[in-house]
Amino acid sequence: MKRIISILLENEAGALSRVVGLFAQRGYNIDTLTVAPTDDDTLSRLTLTTQGDDHMAEQIVKQLHKLIDTIKVVDLTVGAHIERELMLVKMKATDKDIRTELKSCVEIFRGHVIDVTPTTYTVQLTGDSHKLDAFIEAVREMGIMEVVRSGVSGISRGDKFLRV
Amino acid sequence: MELLSGGEIVIRALKDAGIKNVWGYPGGAALHIYDALYRQDEVRHLLVRHEQAAVHAADGYSRATGKVGTALVTSGPGATNAITGIATAYMDSIPLVVISGQVPLTKIGQDAFQETDMVGVSRPIVKHSFLVTRAEDIAATIAKAYYIAGTGRPGPVVVDIPKDVTDPSYKVPYAYPSDVKMRSYQPTTKGHRGQIKRAVKTLLAAKRPIIYAGGGVVIDNASEKLIELAQALNYPVTNTLMGLGCYPGTDRQYLGMLGMHGTYEANTAMHHADVIFAIGARFDDRVTNDLEKFCPHATIIHVDVDPTSVSKNIEAHIPIVGTCNAVLSEMMAIYQEMGLSPDSAALAEWWIQLDQWRADQGIYTASRYEESSGNCIKPQDVIKMLYKVTNGKAIVTSDVGQHQMFAAQYYLFDKPRTWINSGGLGTMGFGLPAAMGCKLAFPDTDVACVTGEGSIQMNIQELSTCTQHNLPVKIINLNNAALGMVRQWQDMNYSSRYSESVYEESLPDFVKLAEAYGHVGMKITHIDELEEKMRECFAMKDRVVFMDIDIDRSEHVYPMQMPGGSMRDLWLNKTERT
Ligand SMILES: Cc1ncc(C[n+]2csc(CCOP(=O)(O)OP(=O)(O)O)c2C)c(N)n1
Ligand SMILES: [Mg+2]
Repeated sequence: MKRIISILLENEAGALSRVVGLFAQRGYNIDTLTVAPTDDDTLSRLTLTTQGDDHMAEQIVKQLHKLIDTIKVVDLTVGAHIERELMLVKMKATDKDIRTELKSCVEIFRGHVIDVTPTTYTVQLTGDSHKLDAFIEAVREMGIMEVVRSGVSGISRGDKFLRV
Repeated sequence: MELLSGGEIVIRALKDAGIKNVWGYPGGAALHIYDALYRQDEVRHLLVRHEQAAVHAADGYSRATGKVGTALVTSGPGATNAITGIATAYMDSIPLVVISGQVPLTKIGQDAFQETDMVGVSRPIVKHSFLVTRAEDIAATIAKAYYIAGTGRPGPVVVDIPKDVTDPSYKVPYAYPSDVKMRSYQPTTKGHRGQIKRAVKTLLAAKRPIIYAGGGVVIDNASEKLIELAQALNYPVTNTLMGLGCYPGTDRQYLGMLGMHGTYEANTAMHHADVIFAIGARFDDRVTNDLEKFCPHATIIHVDVDPTSVSKNIEAHIPIVGTCNAVLSEMMAIYQEMGLSPDSAALAEWWIQLDQWRADQGIYTASRYEESSGNCIKPQDVIKMLYKVTNGKAIVTSDVGQHQMFAAQYYLFDKPRTWINSGGLGTMGFGLPAAMGCKLAFPDTDVACVTGEGSIQMNIQELSTCTQHNLPVKIINLNNAALGMVRQWQDMNYSSRYSESVYEESLPDFVKLAEAYGHVGMKITHIDELEEKMRECFAMKDRVVFMDIDIDRSEHVYPMQMPGGSMRDLWLNKTERT
C-alpha cells in the first residue's frame, strides 16, 4: 500500500541525508521525496512516499522519529489528507492536429500550457499522482519528450496540522 | 568572558562536561586540540596503539561505570580506524562521544590529505553526529553530544571538528551551557500508566510466567528494581547475553542465559511460557531462533525505552515505551496497590517443572561436558576456576568466539556492569581494550579479559598501552589453536572442512610476547597446575599477566539452538538433541 509520510525536520546540515540514509539502511524504498524550508526557515517540511504494510509503516514512522533532527512525523495515509504533485511535460507539437488535441487534453485535466515553440508545448499540471499518471497515458501517443515530476507534497484535511 | 581558541574550548568543554579521561591518538588535523590538552592537567589523555582500541577502551569504561566514554582521534585513517569501535558501541547502545579532527573547512571536499567524510562514513552507526563549523559552536555542540549520547536509548555521538575551527590564533568567548534543551529530541521516560496496569494484571494472571531481561536493564541501572519485582512475585528470570548480571547469576530464580547458546532450562521455559515479560531486551535473532516458531503460547509484555525496538521482530501484546527504572517502579507500585498476588498453585507447579528441567539438563546442576583430565583442559573448567579464584567478583571482559560463550555460561555474574562483551556486533579485538577501560575505572577490582588466541591478536598491541598507563589487567587466553567458533560451525555444517580457521604453526609464543611488553607470561598445559597458577596470576595485583592456557581443541559450545527451530530445539552435545 502506498504511504505518504510527512516529516517536520530541523533545517540543519546533514538532516536530509540521515532521512535518506535511514531508508537505504533499513531496506525501505523511497518512491518520491520533496523537501523545502517552511515559513519558519529553521524547519524543513519533507514529504515522502513509499510502499508498505501497516507493520512496516509503523516501523518507518518510529525509525524516522528516532532521528535526532526529527521534530514530528505522521503517516498521512492513516487519516483524511490531500496530496498534490506538480508535473511539467514537454511534448512534441509540430503537427497542427496534435496541438489542438493536446490543448483540449490539457483543458480536461485543468493544466496549463506554459511554454510554446514552433515544435514544442510544455504543459504544467497539478493534482494527485493518479491524475498525473492518467494525463501521461492520455498524451503518450502524441509524443512525450520529457517529464518532470516534483514528487508528492501532502497535508492533512481539517484541523490537524504539523507544527512545532 | 574568557577568550579561548577552538582547541582550548574542546578540552575545556570536556572538563565542564565532567570528563576525566579521554582515550585517543593524535594526528595532523587534531594537533591544535592535542596542544591544548598538553597545556592543562584536568582532563587525562590515555594514548592507545590503535584508534579502534581507543573507542573500545572508552566503551569498556562506559559499560563498567555507566558514564559516557570519550575518544579523540584525528581525521582520515584515525577516523576510519575508530569506525569498528563506534559500530560496536552503537549495536550495544553504549554512550560515547567520539571527537574526530577533520581537514580545514577550506579543504573539505577537495580530497585533501587525510580527508574522510567522517559524518558520512559513520552515519549509519551513530546515534547522532555533528560537523562543527565555527569555534563559537564547539562548547554547545559538545554539551549536546554528551546529552544525546547519555539519554534515552544511549549510543555513540561523533563530533567532527575541522582543523581551522580549532586554530590557536582565533579566540572567542567561552561559555559552557548550563542546560541542554532540544525541541527535536525529548527522550521518553515514563511508560503509559494504563498499559503498565494491564501488564501487571496479565503478569499476575500468568500460570507459566518468565521474565526475560536484557541489556537495557543494565544500561538504565534498573537491576535492583528488577530483582525486587521478580522476588516479590517469585517468577523465574532469564537474562540475555547483554543482560548478564542484571539478575544475580547465583539466585535460585535465575535460569541462566537464553538464546542460541542459552541454557536448556531458560530456552525450554521460554517456549512453554504463557506470559513473557520482556524488559530492556529486543528479541534479537540470536535469542528467538525462528520467529515463526517463537514461544507459541505466550502473551508478550515488552518494555523498552526505544519505540522502534518494540514490536520490531515480535509483536508485543502489551507494548510499553519507557525506561526500565520508571516502568519497574510503576509496576511495583501498582502491584502493591492492587493487593493481588500471583496464582500460587500454578506457580508451584511451574517451579516443579522448571526444577525438573534444571535437574535433567541444567547448565550448573547436570554434568554437561566431560571433565578435564591431565593435558586435556576443558574451557568450561577454566572459567569455573576463574570464578573460584576471583570469588565471582571480577569484572570480566571478553572477545568473540567460543571462549565468550563459555565465559557467559559458566561465570555466574551477580552484579550488573561486571560482564563486558560485544554482543550486538560481535567484535573480535574488543576484550583487551575494553578491559583497560574497566581497569582505569576500577583500579582495585580484578579485571580479567577472557579471550582466544584469534581475538587477542586483533588488538594485541594494546599490551603496550597497559604498560604505559599502568593498567594491570589479566588475560585469560583460552588457546584452542583455532578460530574455534568458526571451526565449530565447520564441524556442524561443513563436514569439518576447516577452511581458514587454523593457523598451522604460526602462533606466537604468548609468554615471550607478554614479556616483550614488560608483562608476566604463563603457559598452562595441565589441569593440575591451573588453580595454583591462576591464584599466582591474580596475586600479582600490579602486573599484567597473560595466562596462555592450552585447552581441548575439539570442544564445542552447547547447548546450541538448531537453525530454523523454536527456542527449545537444541543440540545438547555433539550427538544428542532435544
Ligand atoms: C572482527 C571479526 N572478524 C571475524 C569474526 C568472525 N568470528 C567469530 S568468532 C571467530 C573465531 C574467534 O576465534 P578465537 O578468538 O580464537 O576464539 P575461539 O572461538 O577459538 O574461542 C571469528 C573469526 C568476528 N566476530 N569479528
Ligand atoms: Mg581460538
